[in-house]
Amino acid sequence: MAQVILFNVTNGLIIGAFYVLMALGLSLILNLSNVINFAHGNFLALGGYLAFTLSPTLGYWGALLVSPLLTALIGVAIERLMIRRIYNRDPVYSLLFTFGLAFVMQDAARYIWGPNGLPMGLPAALSQPITASLFFITWYRVFMVAVVIIAVVGLFTFLRRSRIGLRIRAGTLDLETVSVLGVNVRNLRTFNFGLGCLLAGLSGVLAAGQIGLNPNMGDDLLLPSFIAIIVGGVGSLIGTLFGGLLIGLAAALTTVVYPSASEAVIYAIMMAVLLIRPRGLMGEEGMMS
Amino acid sequence: MTVALSSAEPRRLLGRDQLTLVAIWVALISVPLWLPLLGGYTALAGRVLVFGLAAMALNLLLGFTGVLSFGHAAYFGLGAYGAGLTLRYLVHSTPLAMLAGTLLGGVAGTLFGLLIVRRRGVYFAMCTIAFGQLWYYLAYSWNSFTGGFDGLRDFQRAPIALGPFTLDITAGGARFYFFLLAIFAVAAGVMGLILRSPFGRTLIAIRENERRARFLGIPVERHIWLSFSISCFFTALAGSLYALLNNFADPLTLHYTLSGYFVVMTVIGGMRTFWGPLLGAAVFVMLQDYISSMTVNWMSFIGLIFMFVVLFFPRGLLGTKGVLAKG
Repeated sequence: MAQVILFNVTNGLIIGAFYVLMALGLSLILNLSNVINFAHGNFLALGGYLAFTLSPTLGYWGALLVSPLLTALIGVAIERLMIRRIYNRDPVYSLLFTFGLAFVMQDAARYIWGPNGLPMGLPAALSQPITASLFFITWYRVFMVAVVIIAVVGLFTFLRRSRIGLRIRAGTLDLETVSVLGVNVRNLRTFNFGLGCLLAGLSGVLAAGQIGLNPNMGDDLLLPSFIAIIVGGVGSLIGTLFGGLLIGLAAALTTVVYPSASEAVIYAIMMAVLLIRPRGLMGEEGMMS
Repeated sequence: MTVALSSAEPRRLLGRDQLTLVAIWVALISVPLWLPLLGGYTALAGRVLVFGLAAMALNLLLGFTGVLSFGHAAYFGLGAYGAGLTLRYLVHSTPLAMLAGTLLGGVAGTLFGLLIVRRRGVYFAMCTIAFGQLWYYLAYSWNSFTGGFDGLRDFQRAPIALGPFTLDITAGGARFYFFLLAIFAVAAGVMGLILRSPFGRTLIAIRENERRARFLGIPVERHIWLSFSISCFFTALAGSLYALLNNFADPLTLHYTLSGYFVVMTVIGGMRTFWGPLLGAAVFVMLQDYISSMTVNWMSFIGLIFMFVVLFFPRGLLGTKGVLAKG
């Protein structure tokens, strides 16, 4: 029993880590550009597939570094060419746009890499279990959690310490003032969109090693990421972080007791939060209204 | 002065609006005559009516209250499941099934609306998406009761007893189409009356300037909540009709993809116009039917339609100016 619980807790941490990376990217874009990126799960799949294509030439480690960057570049191109045209319109348009984009990207992945699942090769060192008694915990799981922690710490350090990070945080609160102070808001939003896609691409590479590749691999992560943002509180990245971990762990622990309720429990958490604390656990007052 | 001027205009028997209305109803009533000539079939027309009704109900919220729900598939799907489950497990009666479906979706929307009326813009939309998906997972995983992924089957719409007459709608074809059209007409009429009432005018005032409406003493949250609730009831009614149309309730009717379809139908036809969503539904259903019969890459085409509409055609077919302004 202890092993079952331990297994599910590690599972929960890993799923939660994916929710966190997805939700942080979504949250960045949502906060600064007021756009819900429906295609975020497809940027995740894109990152995974690019790593699959690149790893024979660059090796796994090279692909791990390069494919998130490529994903971010593609994100920047899409933002520059299309999404920025609709920032100043009613939010219904940006939603419809990214919704359509998600369809196109999923179909493109199916067209280029085929409809069937593909396995992602891992370096031998990563696929070993850490000890014989903890056979269900491979080094890859430890590695994934470590990478996510590094990425999250890196992101928060970047947002707190760098000039661009400061501008992104300020723009979240009051974009107009930031613009008046002479910051090029258009470029800031483009960069920020790319940053969100970078996180999605990174989680794609990591997820590919765990669950393999398929054209809709990001879909199952999209809705829980929305819920992580709502639970954590819109406007607060720390809130998103804890929201993601909370629902990941809650879903995994419910699996121990009653597997078929593991999806329902994250919705129950969302409802409870909306009922008791509508702005989310760490949301700022007035941010969501 | 304006009032005096407008009443001084000569009264014509049929104004432009009345002519449009007559044209719409003539076109709808004569569908069984002309649709087969164009290669369509009556079930397709039924689908247009049902999706059109759902999109018009959504537009009550989106176009006339200025509040974006991206989760209306939930109430549509709950309507479908409510009707299907009633027919399958409880009672073999079409009107009761419609009532049950409408109540199930409508009440769920009304209760959820209470939780989110203070949210605005994309945040409101995000809450509606997330909540809507709850019902998809429920239908998906409660296999024994809802049929799970395969959907709810094994129910049939029943003939309706009207005193001495019996309206047999069990066969498809024109008779069932006219049954749908009758329900559609009543629903559209009620929605039109709601929009013309002081309540409906207040919704438009909130859409135009929420802060000013609030300063005028209008309880904005209560109006948005009521609008959401009414919209959910009509969407659920459409959903229950959809279950009757197919004799089948599909978990995909609960999926947020369908919510996106409703929104794009509304935008294609023209938000802020009463009949726009019906026209949008007609265009979208025909395109979807055509494209999915032509290519396996239909997803790309549907996605490209979404992107095209947003970038190049945002006002829609019947659209008006001012739609593009930030909400």
